[in-house]
Amino acid sequence: MLALPVYLDYSATTPVDPRVVDKMIPFLREQFGNPASRSHAFGWGAESAVETARAQVAALVGADPREIVWTSGATESINLAVKGAAHFYKERGRHLVTVKTEHKATLDTMRELEREGFEVTYLDVDENGMVGLDVFTQSLRKDTILASVMYVNNEIGVIQDIPAMGEICRERGVLFHVDSAQATGKLPIDLASLKVDLMSFSAHKTYGPKGVGALYIQRKPRIRIEAQIHGGGHERGFRSGTLPTHQIVGMGEAFRIAGEEMANENDRIRMLRDKLLRGLTRMDEVYVNGDMERRVPHNLNLSFNFVEGESLIMAIKDVAVSSGSACTSASLEPSYVLRALGRSDELAHSSIRFTIGRFTTEEEVDFAIDLINAKVGKLREMSPLWEMHLDGVDLSKVQWAAH
Amino acid sequence: MAYSEKVIDHYENPRNVGAFDKADPHVGTGMVGAPACGDVMKLQIKVNNEGIIEDAKFKTYGCGSAIASSSLVTEWVKGKSLDEAMQLKNTQIANELALPPVKIHCSILAEDAIKAAIDDYRQKHGAAEGADAARAAA
Repeated sequence: MLALPVYLDYSATTPVDPRVVDKMIPFLREQFGNPASRSHAFGWGAESAVETARAQVAALVGADPREIVWTSGATESINLAVKGAAHFYKERGRHLVTVKTEHKATLDTMRELEREGFEVTYLDVDENGMVGLDVFTQSLRKDTILASVMYVNNEIGVIQDIPAMGEICRERGVLFHVDSAQATGKLPIDLASLKVDLMSFSAHKTYGPKGVGALYIQRKPRIRIEAQIHGGGHERGFRSGTLPTHQIVGMGEAFRIAGEEMANENDRIRMLRDKLLRGLTRMDEVYVNGDMERRVPHNLNLSFNFVEGESLIMAIKDVAVSSGSACTSASLEPSYVLRALGRSDELAHSSIRFTIGRFTTEEEVDFAIDLINAKVGKLREMSPLWEMHLDGVDLSKVQWAAH
Repeated sequence: MAYSEKVIDHYENPRNVGAFDKADPHVGTGMVGAPACGDVMKLQIKVNNEGIIEDAKFKTYGCGSAIASSSLVTEWVKGKSLDEAMQLKNTQIANELALPPVKIHCSILAEDAIKAAIDDYRQKHGAAEGADAARAAA
């Protein structure tokens, strides 16, 4: 029997893998020690668990465990990386580069740095959501200190060419930060070969708990950043605050499982995603947003033309999806990511993000296909725009009374 | 976004979805909003020879609140004279549906739509005749 609602919003967050929960529980009960306690076995046990987890996280991304700093999540990691590097290297220059389709964690951090006197270039993407390497190269100036690009986009799932961008940055002596919140467990990451100086991670997008993340800070060549949170000097002074042992253990186990199962899991998820795509594009006037080749297998972002996204989400409440990202879905603005792709307002307003994951079944995908076909049909029957489209009216030529 | 029960009811069982022939002299059509803003409402009234709205239909592209607002308006205007229907206020719609502040524009749009439909009908019958337009058509 199918449990409703069906969860197809894995890019908002993932359920914690039961194996991860099992590893975490002892650190809430008997092994509750503070990893910073040096004077007794409670502390030593907790510290050892934290270091095991650090090695597990480092292993998934090809880093040295000494390059991993614990944080409260990707948002904090991004803040620490971008502000920390900008503040440390501000004598070298005041120019930063990022992309218009980045997560708000990056965009709002950049806005804050602009208020502090830094200058930021926000790069355009092409119609598929990709940053052109020539566009990227041209944006880097003599006074550019850092570029920040996300590996995998949270809304459309496209994969930027991080290896090539890393080479470009390294040649020009520009620091390179990569937001990998949506990338871990979805594609192989090898920081030993990537020319990336700083990389942000989240646990809860990869079947770990919420409230924990990590920042990779490269050792060779050594990257310096200014701490943003001060206190007891934990994490070699990069990030003070008592370490949440249970969450760190959870993130370590989650990343260990991701490393072991990623290859097989992605094949299965791709099969389900492609089935969903076929089942939904049987309808007319359904458009894929974002590049379909350079994309993680988990993501499908579609625009159902002539149907408004919020009403569609309401109609398909037995399938949990989102329009735009979870962080912006409370607003009435259409997705700024789809706007950056040059999508018309109608198509941006009509978009739905489906994200598939470890626990998605074929039965759930079949259910979603049937439900969405039925509800899109019903809403189109109710849509004056669909009626005009069927009558051959070109909607872009209509003079709308704006309000 | 949490919706009120009345919004959900109108959204799941919308009243009077459909269309009349725009060219019919008894029909007034109002279309308001813009796709760029995320909502477009088309509201139509059918007026009898006594100047009474005897039927109404709508089609709406928009969120659940926009669909519910237009569905509600089609119910309310049936049986009313054009002048009575002109008195309809968006606040009545917003109150009835318990719309949250971010959705008040949906009720404003529904008020605009019914007014546009009445204007369209009156224009077909000579604007100066106002409420007597129906008699002129007869």
